[in-house]
Amino acid sequence: MTDTLHQLAASGDATLHLGASSATSEHRGLIISLFAAFVIATLFITVWAGRQTKDAADFYAGGRQFTGFQNGLAISGDYMSAASFLGIAGAIALYGYDGFLYSIGFLVAWLVALLLVAEPLRNSGRFTMGDVLAYRMRQRPVRTAAGTSTIVVSIFYLLAQMAGAGVLVSLLLGITSDGGKIAIVALVGVLMILYVTIGGMKGTTWVQMVKAVLLIAGTLLITFLVLWKFDFNVSQLLGTAAERSGRGAQFLEPGLKYGVDGMTKLDFLSLGIALVLGTAGLPHILIRFYTVPTAQAARKSVNWAIGIIGAFYLMTIALGFGAAALVGPEEIKASNPAGNTAAPLLALHVGGVDSAGGAILLAVISAVAFATILAVVAGLTLASSSSFAHDIYANVIRKGQADEKEEVRAARWATVFIGVVSIALGAMARDLNVAGLVALAFAVAASANLPTILYSLFWKRFTTRGALWSIYGGLTASVTLVLFSPVVSGKASSMFPDADFAWFPLSNPGIISIPLGFLLGWLGSLLSKDEPDTGKYAELEVKSLTGIGAH
Amino acid sequence: MATDAPPPRAGTDAGAVQPTTEAFVEVQQSAQFGELRRTYRSFAFPLTVGFTVWYLLYVLLSNYAGGFMGTKVFGNVNVALVFGLAQFATTFLIAWLYSRHAAAKLDPKAEAIRSRMAAESRMEAGA
Repeated sequence: MTDTLHQLAASGDATLHLGASSATSEHRGLIISLFAAFVIATLFITVWAGRQTKDAADFYAGGRQFTGFQNGLAISGDYMSAASFLGIAGAIALYGYDGFLYSIGFLVAWLVALLLVAEPLRNSGRFTMGDVLAYRMRQRPVRTAAGTSTIVVSIFYLLAQMAGAGVLVSLLLGITSDGGKIAIVALVGVLMILYVTIGGMKGTTWVQMVKAVLLIAGTLLITFLVLWKFDFNVSQLLGTAAERSGRGAQFLEPGLKYGVDGMTKLDFLSLGIALVLGTAGLPHILIRFYTVPTAQAARKSVNWAIGIIGAFYLMTIALGFGAAALVGPEEIKASNPAGNTAAPLLALHVGGVDSAGGAILLAVISAVAFATILAVVAGLTLASSSSFAHDIYANVIRKGQADEKEEVRAARWATVFIGVVSIALGAMARDLNVAGLVALAFAVAASANLPTILYSLFWKRFTTRGALWSIYGGLTASVTLVLFSPVVSGKASSMFPDADFAWFPLSNPGIISIPLGFLLGWLGSLLSKDEPDTGKYAELEVKSLTGIGAH
Repeated sequence: MATDAPPPRAGTDAGAVQPTTEAFVEVQQSAQFGELRRTYRSFAFPLTVGFTVWYLLYVLLSNYAGGFMGTKVFGNVNVALVFGLAQFATTFLIAWLYSRHAAAKLDPKAEAIRSRMAAESRMEAGA
């Protein structure tokens, strides 16, 4: 009986899905126009910001003149990727409570940044994460390690976003040809190169602020419409979602995605730890703290970011359960098995399928999703090219002899190079499942960067060897474990489903690689031949807590 | 635009006061700085342990105590949802508590040390 009903519902949804996809292609023109408007507006901002970019502090740190609120908006724009917006809404729509559970780690993580990292980093660094890590240490080896880790983390994250852009556009615009997908990846790449080379940190920050406002406004609108359909009765929304999901009360309880067996439970624990500890080690987030004048402004910007990001994740609950209740799992899965189109489909449904309102809402939400991707890739590109130019080129290759002009020129060329490489990799990876790379970026940040940052700031016996061991050890452990995990091979959902060389059972390496990163930093320091530089530590500690001599 | 010898630009990146290493060591070992460090660490470190444990507890309950988490509180709202929303609430609360502590206890102490050091290094520079 239940099965028949289920099938009936499924066939009903299949017709609806046809309606939805024809609406998508009919209103392709509208989506493209809105997106073009965003691109043109942001390019204008970029050119304007470029004219005001004169020295290295302008290029790397936006002149350090942004207010706490502006930077809080930009941090939110930098952090809320397409994975958060489309991925979490989709995960809630398909797996109910577990999608929500996933989002919480991303928020709680900001407390690590607020309490331990943002202010000391702002006070003691100049342009990059490497500035703080290398402060007390031998410059060249530690700068090289910090630059390597920054570039690896950013490239993994970037690749996931680029490939995601290709998938998203093919879904929303109905472009399925290989040439079309490659063209989209190339377009995203060219735009991010333009934003960063011309606008530097100022241009990137403004693009991220505009995107954050659009994303919050779009999400707020859909949330309001969903709640309105349920007379602002959340319990009724949850009940309808549970009923329509076909899982009943289970849909509102943990377990559908992460609670399948002992291994998935352990995997989620590992993911949760990496999310909470990784955020404060993501280089593209860390360099945002240099764009404000003081540590108090850095504190304020994290507070704004916590408020904005928290409000956003609260709204994704309404979006996700709303999609489950109003669109239904069959239609969502038919459009994209991972649920990534749940939010755009929900926009279509709350606006009215086959009505102008629905088409406009779908177009708005799709354009917001593109804007989201562009702002995030620009931040990632800037973080990696800054670190290349400032840590590796100026301090390792030129041994500190390069002047500001040469350094910024190197950063611009690095941006072009990184952009071209990621277009090539993104085009090659367009049909691979690279979503796991975002989790990997968090794991590397938590295993290699965070231990080294915390030891540098708070432990007086930390040495160069300790720093090298924690960075390279955490980096190698997390990348190796993922390489031999189901993320890369051995499963239908792997990057290379036809190969099988996976011996590590978890998709998330954090539970092993994070303690290892901390352990190696401690062990390396104890086994060092050279004594820690107490004078330099005095400088770093006093600077980090008081802000004296801050750039 | 081009001048023969560009004057050092005040207020830019290189223009901040830079005391000597000896001055930093002296301040680091002073009672005043020790108190600032203690006021910061004794607040931030336990709180970090606290929210990490609270988050892990939530993840472990979600993983291994499904029955308890599924208990209905009212309507379709269960314990799991209440705990999830409580994570949001505690995150906002801790951010607020820390900012209040920093503004009331840390900023004035940091400012006092900063202005003392700036005055001393200016005197030493003979300006």
